[in-house]
Amino acid sequence: MADTDQDIASNIAAVRKLLWLVAGVAALLGAILFLGLEKNGVEKQAPATAALPFGGTFELTRSDGSVLTDKSLAGRPYAIFFGFTRCPDVCPTTLARLALLRKKLGADGDKFDIVFVSVDPERDRPQDIGAYAEMFGTPIIAATGTDAQLAQIRKGFGVYMKKVPLDPAQPDGDYTIDHTAGIFLMDAKGRLSSIIDHHEAEETALDKLRMLVG
Amino acid sequence: MKSNSAFALAGLGLAMLATPILAQNVSAGPISASKAWTRQTAPNQSVGGGFLTIRNAGKTDDRLLTASTPLAAEVQIHSMSMDKGIMKMRQIKEGITIPAGKSVELKPGGLHIMFIDLKKPFKLGDKIPVTLKFQRAGAVKVNFDVQSISSTSAMEGHHGGH
Repeated sequence: MADTDQDIASNIAAVRKLLWLVAGVAALLGAILFLGLEKNGVEKQAPATAALPFGGTFELTRSDGSVLTDKSLAGRPYAIFFGFTRCPDVCPTTLARLALLRKKLGADGDKFDIVFVSVDPERDRPQDIGAYAEMFGTPIIAATGTDAQLAQIRKGFGVYMKKVPLDPAQPDGDYTIDHTAGIFLMDAKGRLSSIIDHHEAEETALDKLRMLVG
Repeated sequence: MKSNSAFALAGLGLAMLATPILAQNVSAGPISASKAWTRQTAPNQSVGGGFLTIRNAGKTDDRLLTASTPLAAEVQIHSMSMDKGIMKMRQIKEGITIPAGKSVELKPGGLHIMFIDLKKPFKLGDKIPVTLKFQRAGAVKVNFDVQSISSTSAMEGHHGGH
């Protein structure tokens, strides 16, 4: 038994050694874990920075019946959003948001176009989306197209869209459309400048727009 | 006693609605509705989303089952969610539970009611009379204020944009 002072002292020394060992191993594990995470983080970011041809060529019909193409939009930056008029929430919120952001930019607000593309040509006629877009109190280029034209522009922008019946028991009945809700910012040369996410803070969105027109 | 006071409150709620005033809070028994609003619609826009706050002051959960208005062919209850940047909207056929002692907010970015096949466009400043049906509380009538299409929340009885 550790009755003597000497035994106690040697026991304390042993415990100290053990503690140092544990601390050392923990530090080493921590360092490995940290470096591993850092490395993963870098690896995860890499594909996002790779420039992909974005947007591509497209042709749509504007609300006034004229043709809208990637070429007719070239020369001015634009913010493009995909939706449909029967979308009761995200679409009006996003267009209202863009109108407000444009207002907050002051003089810079006139330096880019806002483009709203309806992905629901079955129910949104060009003139209907024009009347809809007009209600936001700021110029909005509203357009739609045939299924083939819309498939092409969606492919160019990587926009997901899926028709979903509102009542699963009636697959041919009324439907809604799941769709990508981000705003794509394209520069005057038709290159992707940035994307404004649905939940993004207003200041971040403003910075992205300033970068777009700057 | 309880059902009597519930009827009295329901009657009061109906009386408030019978007069064309800003009836912001209406109730039936422990259920009350407030901040009911919708957005103005374009001439050929056939749908609109409606938002409101429902409070259940009672000791028992209740459930919003259906909604109706003479100004739309149908009113559905919907959920909206964002999934990896994709907007998804779904009908909630089973209705929405209003837990005892709690409020449930139907607001942009989440739950809403959807007016389908509007009889005529919703004009700024209009009031849309809606009957909400609850499992326990029964019918609750509430007027939805038509606000600017740019609105993202209830304007507390005042309409107009920014």
